[in-house]
Amino acid sequence: MNDIIKIFIDGREIEACQGEKILDAALRNNINIPNLCYDKKLSCTGSCRMCIVSIEDRPVNVPACSTVVENGMKIIAFNDKLEAERKVILDLILSMHNDDCINCVKDGSCDLQDLAFRYDLGRGKRTFHPMWGDAAEYSDSSSQVLNYDATKCIQCQKCIKACQEIQGKGILTLENRGIEAVVSTGYNQWSDSKCDGCGECAQVCPVGALTMKFVYTDGKRFRDKDISKITGTTCPYCGVGCQLDVHTNSENQIIKVTGSESLPNLGSTCVKGRFGLQYSGHKERLKSPMIRRGNSLVECSWNEALAFTAEKLKEIKSIHGGADMIAGMSSARCTNEDNYLFQKFMRTVIGTNNVDHCARICHGSTVASMLTSLGSGAMTNAIADFEKADVIFVTGSNTTETHPVIATAIKRAVLNNNARLIVADPRKIDLVRYAAVWMKQKNGTDIALANGLIHVILKESLQKDDFIKNRTEGFEELKKSVEKYTPEYVEKITGVPADKIIEAARIYGTAQRASIAWTMGITQHACGTDNVTALTNLAVITGNIGREGTGLNPLRGQNNVQGACDMGAQWDSYPGYFQVENETAKNRFESLWKTKLSSKNGIPLTEIMDAVLEGRLKSLYIMGENPAVSEPDLNHTVEALKSLDLLIVQDIFLNETAQYAHVVFPAASALEKNGTFTNTERRVIPVRKVLNMPGQAKEDWEIIQDLAAGMGYFWNYRSWEDIMKEINLVVPQYSGITPERINKGELIQWPCPDSKHPGTSILHGEKFTRGKALLQAVEHIPPAEETSEEYPFVLSTGRNLFHYHTGTMTRKSIALNSFCSDPYFEMNEDDMRELAINEGEKVKILSRRGEIIISARSSKRVEKENLFLPFHFAEAAANMLTINALDPKSKMAELKVCAVNIKRL
Amino acid sequence: MINSFEDFTEYSASVKEKSLNKPEINILVSLGTCGIAAGTLPVQEEFISQIKERELSSKVELTDVGCMGICYCEPSIELINRKTGKSIIYGNVKRDDVSLILDCLTEKDVKGVDVIKKSWYYPETEDATAGLLQAKIALRNTGRINPEILEEYIFNSGYQALAKVLSSMTPKSIIQEVLQSGLRGRGGGGFPTGKKWDFAAAQKNETKFVICNADEGDPGAFMDRAVLEGDPHSVLEAMAIAGFAIGSHKGFIYIRAEYPLAIKRLQIAIKQSTEFGLLGKNIMGFGFDFEIELRYGAGAFVCGEETALIHSIEGLRGMPTTRPPFPAVAGLWEKPTIVNNVETFANVCAIIRKGAQWYKSIGTETSAGTKVFALAGKINKVGLIEVPMGTNLRDIIYDVGGGIFDGKEFKAVQTGGPSGGCITKDYLDTPIDYETLKSLGSMMGSGGMIVMDEDDCMVNVAKFFLDFTVDESCGKCTPCRIGGKHMYAILDKITKGRASDKDLETLRELCQTVKSSSLCGLGMTCPNPVLSTMKYFENEYREHVADKKCKAHKCPDLITYLIDIGKCIGCSVCAKKCPVQCISGKLKEPHKIDQSKCIKCGECFMACKFAAISRN
Repeated sequence: MNDIIKIFIDGREIEACQGEKILDAALRNNINIPNLCYDKKLSCTGSCRMCIVSIEDRPVNVPACSTVVENGMKIIAFNDKLEAERKVILDLILSMHNDDCINCVKDGSCDLQDLAFRYDLGRGKRTFHPMWGDAAEYSDSSSQVLNYDATKCIQCQKCIKACQEIQGKGILTLENRGIEAVVSTGYNQWSDSKCDGCGECAQVCPVGALTMKFVYTDGKRFRDKDISKITGTTCPYCGVGCQLDVHTNSENQIIKVTGSESLPNLGSTCVKGRFGLQYSGHKERLKSPMIRRGNSLVECSWNEALAFTAEKLKEIKSIHGGADMIAGMSSARCTNEDNYLFQKFMRTVIGTNNVDHCARICHGSTVASMLTSLGSGAMTNAIADFEKADVIFVTGSNTTETHPVIATAIKRAVLNNNARLIVADPRKIDLVRYAAVWMKQKNGTDIALANGLIHVILKESLQKDDFIKNRTEGFEELKKSVEKYTPEYVEKITGVPADKIIEAARIYGTAQRASIAWTMGITQHACGTDNVTALTNLAVITGNIGREGTGLNPLRGQNNVQGACDMGAQWDSYPGYFQVENETAKNRFESLWKTKLSSKNGIPLTEIMDAVLEGRLKSLYIMGENPAVSEPDLNHTVEALKSLDLLIVQDIFLNETAQYAHVVFPAASALEKNGTFTNTERRVIPVRKVLNMPGQAKEDWEIIQDLAAGMGYFWNYRSWEDIMKEINLVVPQYSGITPERINKGELIQWPCPDSKHPGTSILHGEKFTRGKALLQAVEHIPPAEETSEEYPFVLSTGRNLFHYHTGTMTRKSIALNSFCSDPYFEMNEDDMRELAINEGEKVKILSRRGEIIISARSSKRVEKENLFLPFHFAEAAANMLTINALDPKSKMAELKVCAVNIKRL
Repeated sequence: MINSFEDFTEYSASVKEKSLNKPEINILVSLGTCGIAAGTLPVQEEFISQIKERELSSKVELTDVGCMGICYCEPSIELINRKTGKSIIYGNVKRDDVSLILDCLTEKDVKGVDVIKKSWYYPETEDATAGLLQAKIALRNTGRINPEILEEYIFNSGYQALAKVLSSMTPKSIIQEVLQSGLRGRGGGGFPTGKKWDFAAAQKNETKFVICNADEGDPGAFMDRAVLEGDPHSVLEAMAIAGFAIGSHKGFIYIRAEYPLAIKRLQIAIKQSTEFGLLGKNIMGFGFDFEIELRYGAGAFVCGEETALIHSIEGLRGMPTTRPPFPAVAGLWEKPTIVNNVETFANVCAIIRKGAQWYKSIGTETSAGTKVFALAGKINKVGLIEVPMGTNLRDIIYDVGGGIFDGKEFKAVQTGGPSGGCITKDYLDTPIDYETLKSLGSMMGSGGMIVMDEDDCMVNVAKFFLDFTVDESCGKCTPCRIGGKHMYAILDKITKGRASDKDLETLRELCQTVKSSSLCGLGMTCPNPVLSTMKYFENEYREHVADKKCKAHKCPDLITYLIDIGKCIGCSVCAKKCPVQCISGKLKEPHKIDQSKCIKCGECFMACKFAAISRN
């Protein structure tokens, strides 16, 4: 395929790869054959006809974009006749294009304008009279984030293909035919369609037809030439870690955001990354430190805030055992450097291991399980690997909404590579449309389901015996334990028909390269660790690990939850996953940090509130978290927060948690700081300063350093690079990921042992991190809380596409709010009918722990007697209802199942 | 149910035997869509009731058949005497004629009923007959058998070709036979059918498809409809043979939804042959499976283009894509696929039965066999004809077609529908086949032939065809989408007398660009009517542009009606006829036309009995 052959273009000999198109070879060699509908990332359309060339001995001209090179091919790209024809074609296109360049946002960056100039086809030079006027009736600006100007559309179909071939959505099509052909969603208007506003279409539009609305400038328009700077940085939302190009003007105002053409997102973004970054410049941003005076927080100077905090911390620390009465919540929203310093602060300055972050209620169970069975808790493969798999098993992950850009990779695998997708999810999530099999298991029955799959695989001898023999231990016990999980038995527990279990097992078991992806649907259970173990068993016995396109792929939720774990913002481990209770590890860190360390495990995040109420904790230092909305059982959480002696909140907004703070530090947002995140695939990616910080806000690591100084520890880090250099020394996985390499634009996946190492895309290739994989038998455990007559509904919480977590960032975006602004829950339409609840009606949901009032949305996605509730909305916080039942192995809370009832108001 | 080859031969023999006991007189009633539209149904009813009344059912059988091709004299019936083997065709049959025909009941003339001279023979069963230009192979059963009765098809050697290939031929030898026969694609492209099959057969793929293109969209072409309405089994049988040859087990017939009768008859035929074991699983017990499904086109002309057709079947928007890869390599759902036209398939069984050499002996060296043409326009015998390749235009128009309507002068004939071009009287003696038509700037196309006489304006004709293709452009590629529209705009300017020499130059250049740079056949050929009329009738264009005159008086903006004061006697007939009341004048005094209001309808011109109105 990649053989090099020789071709001749206009007599010039050039090298081309076997199988590539003439246009690719020409453009690579700076032979600028004009084109408008061609995009390297999309299938050939061949519609603009600008790239037609002649080939010696062929009777008809061919489009260079869709003609494959042949060895010795003699191509004529430019002669008078071809150029004359191109000029006619361009003239035709211009006659159907509203060339009001003066008033077009694409002025200066329009492919058609460039070609018109190149071919000297100004208005006075054209043959064909303008005919675009009638197209105006097809223009559509009803989308929340996009504008379609049909008078400028040149029907290149790039938008349609980007939506189908890159995004896998297929929202767009051509409507009408002939001269009236226009881009359309097929609905009356754009906003009626399923378009979710990712904006991929607008990014590929070569002219000013499909453009992004100016959501960052209140609709004020700017041209690309008004952009003074483009900063490449990482999206601050989910764990995919999309690389964004943020375009700003001379006033340091964001004009627009595009996806940058690099790993992991290859140009794509979701609606949040492209249109949802308004929070950074929002008027409610914290601009000054604040301190509590009586019942209110008042602004104060940094000196006052820091001095007060340091004094108070010293005071608590001085009590006997006082260090352990202070706990820190680090943040998966902050950089690696911030997290590293935060945990170092807690461990060295305070002297406790009481540091944790939201991974505890995210993939804490994944890490706990996979560390035990494989020796590493991270995603084993790269995001790009999904497109190399022939089977993908997605379970407990509504990937389309939680990791939109990864979902597009999965959809591409299905649509473009004929990969088969298995979905296991109680809800009919979007990915079900792409699935070969959908197993609709009851909430909290994942172990039984996975054991059932293993049972069938073993029964039909689809396991990889060599792999099991050479690379695993514990197989016999596993084999014995799954004996009873016959498809029929599993059907009884899970509700999934036995034949579907068999079908899915066969698909997974016979795959060449099968990948498993999961998120909170697996982890947020009281048996979360065992859930992951069951999936691990499945992958390992079929040898679907350690190779391209395979793997166990927990999709990490927060932008830097992977990094925060790597940096040791955890109650039981130091940076690099060295266990706190391990003496050697402690010695290592004592010598690195030149101080005595506590040898005792800290308090995990999910036990912090209990510890506060029990009087074991007096102070909490919370950086970039909002437990007053995100913790399970909120009444309990708020009670705890209120009873603290010292609550330090360091955030970008005065969030719900900050209402109870004694002191508040204003921090810089991800768009205002420098440093690194580590995305879900272990790739260390740059965070670069785009905007100026508001008021007196500071970068998180600076605040921590200042506070340490107040406590008598003088660190002297001058930049993120200084901290990263220390991380290179401390965290073995990061040894070779130096600031220099990051600044050069290298996007390296850990482990990377030295500065020459290219990074590691696939873990456990030759050997598992722990040597052999440990297969562990796990048994089905029913959820902590089951339905009863009093609480007959099963409630599951989760996210929707347009908001992120507690909504502190996304709900500041008018664009995102225009898609979804108010709290709601999804309920099966039949249940709604039976209870006579109307669409949008406000009802009360009650659990044993609390109640909320919220409007109902009828849905085909949830089963009868099931409810789904997004947890983004503080005014109807899902966690008023959830249960703090903990997984004994990982301290994960069971956020995915609780029993509730519904009352009409 | 036919479970073996023996079953089949036995069944065929029993059908033949059964026919010996059929009534002596067989009356074929033309019940294609065309016949029905022309009023055959009341005639059929009359026959039924009178046969019953006269108790003739043992002597006379009434057979519903498809189109006989003699559209100019529908409703038509053919009376066959099974004993003598002689037959007679009655045309323009009215209800009242039925009793006259039944009174006579021989193959003789009936006074008062039009008798139509039969102008064809069947090369498969008859020797070439002197004086008969038409030779029916593709249309061998159309108008001769009841398409809804499988037995009648079997009686006419139906499914024998399939039985032959399954029992005694290999896929390779079938392809060889088709290749050697010289059969070329009748949809217009003229690509050797055997070669296409050979490409598909060479692909190593478990799944392959056979598609029959029945999306007949050319205005004025209706041969595919006639075959499907009149002889649907011949297409099914040929598709199964193609499937066996290339290794496919699934066929699709992509048929336009505007052909409800053809669809109905295909559905019946598929059901019959599947039930009989002639299609479906384990055909005739030979272990070969082949099933056929219908897919309906939604009326887009471009879906006749094979890649667009394939996308339409796939459920996508019917738009062409660049070839290669050709469908034979990667077609329907990326699987090797052959797409053949209805008429092409209709030839296949005859070739298999009679052999390649027989077929090759008909037609010309490069274009073997016969071709069906739909004769239309200013011609006396409008209808569907089938002639050997190489027949010259003069014979077709003046002999088979009966000459120009109203004795007017022949001006040109448009072949190949809206994608073809016009041929002038200088070329009437050209023997027509794929190559000669192409060399004349036209094309075979699907076989439409529209004859024009001295009253036709060629600019207007080009505009008419372009109007169609512009409307049918899918909108994908620039030249066709926008170029076609500008071509039309310039032609419009010419017919309105507002064009300059520069416009003619632009038009020619634009046509060349559209022709050479469009993506699919639709775009590449849409300039043909313009280019060929510009080539052969350049003067006419010049007259429109320079003199602002349309000699054929077809361009309203270029016509002026004037009343000659000397000749007008003031009868006021013209004023009464004028629909816009633009003629005024006192009775018995010369009248006057208000030119600003005149809509150039010509009513006054035709109404004046004194030749007082002139047209310029």
